[in-house]
Amino acid sequence: MAAQSSRSVPGPADGTEAGPVPGRGHEAARGKQPPRQRAGSGAGAGSSRPQRRDAGAPGPLRRAFSRHWYAWTMVAPVVLVIGLIIGYPLGRGVWLSLTDADEANVARDIGVNHIPATYSFVGLDNYAAVLGDSVFWSRLGWTAFWTVGCVALTFGLGLTLANMLNRKVHGRSFYRVAMIVPWGIPAFVSVFAWRMLFNERDGLLNKVLDGGGIEAVPWLGDPTWAKLAVIAVNVWLGVPFMIVAMLGALQSIPGELYEAAEMDGAGPWQRFRNITLPGVRAVSSTVILLSTIWTFNMFPVIFLLTKGGPEDSTEILVTYAYRLSFVNSPRDFATSATWGVLILLLLVLFTMVYRRALRRQGEVW
Amino acid sequence: MQTRKRSPLASFGLHTGLVLGTVVALFPPLWLLVTSFKPKSEAFSTALVKEFTLANYTHVVQDTYFLTWFGNSLVVVLGTTLIGVFIAATTGYAISRFRFPGMRPLMWVLLITQMFPMAVLIVPLYNTMATLGLLNQPVGLIITYLTIAVPFCAWMMKGFFDTIPIDIDESGRVDGLTPFGTFWRLVLPLAKPGIAVTGFYSFVTAWAEVAYATAFMTGEENLTLAGGLQTFVNRYGSDWGSMTAAAVIIAVPAAVVFGFAQRHLVSGLTAGATKS
Repeated sequence: MAAQSSRSVPGPADGTEAGPVPGRGHEAARGKQPPRQRAGSGAGAGSSRPQRRDAGAPGPLRRAFSRHWYAWTMVAPVVLVIGLIIGYPLGRGVWLSLTDADEANVARDIGVNHIPATYSFVGLDNYAAVLGDSVFWSRLGWTAFWTVGCVALTFGLGLTLANMLNRKVHGRSFYRVAMIVPWGIPAFVSVFAWRMLFNERDGLLNKVLDGGGIEAVPWLGDPTWAKLAVIAVNVWLGVPFMIVAMLGALQSIPGELYEAAEMDGAGPWQRFRNITLPGVRAVSSTVILLSTIWTFNMFPVIFLLTKGGPEDSTEILVTYAYRLSFVNSPRDFATSATWGVLILLLLVLFTMVYRRALRRQGEVW
Repeated sequence: MQTRKRSPLASFGLHTGLVLGTVVALFPPLWLLVTSFKPKSEAFSTALVKEFTLANYTHVVQDTYFLTWFGNSLVVVLGTTLIGVFIAATTGYAISRFRFPGMRPLMWVLLITQMFPMAVLIVPLYNTMATLGLLNQPVGLIITYLTIAVPFCAWMMKGFFDTIPIDIDESGRVDGLTPFGTFWRLVLPLAKPGIAVTGFYSFVTAWAEVAYATAFMTGEENLTLAGGLQTFVNRYGSDWGSMTAAAVIIAVPAAVVFGFAQRHLVSGLTAGATKS
């Protein structure tokens, strides 16, 4: 609450700063001030202004509070959550990335002894080290490939299958339910199912290939195959969401459009290009953005399928940042935080560019 | 939707595509199910079940920490879902209905935090939880999962409340309900699809999250299911039989919740998505 009200004070306060309070008296008079408004407003920006003390003319803050306290109370828990467990860690993460914190020098308790933190501020050294290292750039390259590949395949397959499901076809509801099954199963369970299928010596895929006389494929043991395998699994996991989202979008396109187009002699491809694609654009732009962010941050598939291997070939940025602080020994918190901040910056940058591109094309979003 | 007759060739292509999609979608989980009923030694045989056995299940339930993990996960999931959905609903309602100072920044923050990578928060959260003594505690994971669930759910609920006519609120006010009463008694019951979607999302987040669960929970009796399943197949040994049985038991509740929610997912996601 405190964070919320102090952040929002400037709005109404600025508006009344120009003059004293003429003409506002009657408005304030009907406001039955809840008794706790003072406590709530706390050290707000305008609390020291002199006209505050004028009888019968409560300050802008007080008035704002009496008008908005319902709304503020309702958003308060979320503001608390975001402030305390997202905002604070984020700030700390940025701070850690500017230090040399690792397992040996952070505050910790050994038995009953509390050992205070001894890491120190090192400025942008971590960033210089990470950005100057080819490891970051090669991970970034593979992460970009992974993201683009997964999103393109997922979207393409999702749109195709949604189109098929949007037709009058026997067993339509069965197909629909069956195809969203992968979404209903926890991803880490499915990943283990795939690991079993991919098993090089005994896995079903290789046994089937063997039956066809094809040599066993080292699905998770060879860098190239492992890359294909993780992409395949991620696409498998992501397609159901695309189907559901695109099906919703397709169903919102009025059927008359297709009938009219057919009347005018438009072929299937023309109808798809000129009616379907524009019709699903709004939803597509949102789901592609979401899907990109999810894929970029997709941790479980890679962590559980290959652990980043073989030879780090499938390690994306997030799994590598995780490894730095939770798998490697000694744990390197500072470098891991640096990777985290860089990942966040990349995502923000991407979102801004994407939004700008959409805006230029006249999207409302 | 087309009404004209399809040519046999197009019809064949359509069905082939759909059948192919269905098989690919269903096969891995089905194979998991089939394998879980095979004896351990047969785990990788290509045959369907030759000798049906529940040995994997009894082993998992009786001889491992599986039930403890299940309980841990259940606590985390219930905590995350109840708290997450409730505070997301009040916030979504406030953003949808009231115009108040701080609303726009809040909406932006909600949007932006949705794309926060786990990687940027995990280290500081880990250190904070360590300081507070919340590592290996379900509470620590609940708090952590709220960071994932709340921004998305609040945004989603706003989209749902936007679709509910504002006349309903006004009728509530006329009848003398407080704004909170209006929200609780009139609007919330109408937003059931939204609650289904956000509840499902929170549930899945908490049930299936891997990174935080693996990092924050150590020691066999503290693991949640995501961490526990990894212990069956790791560098020390592979017990695929037990893994499949555990996986099936983990997947069933998720599938049930999904089954209840999926009806609303189509309308829900698109309603939320197109609004954003």
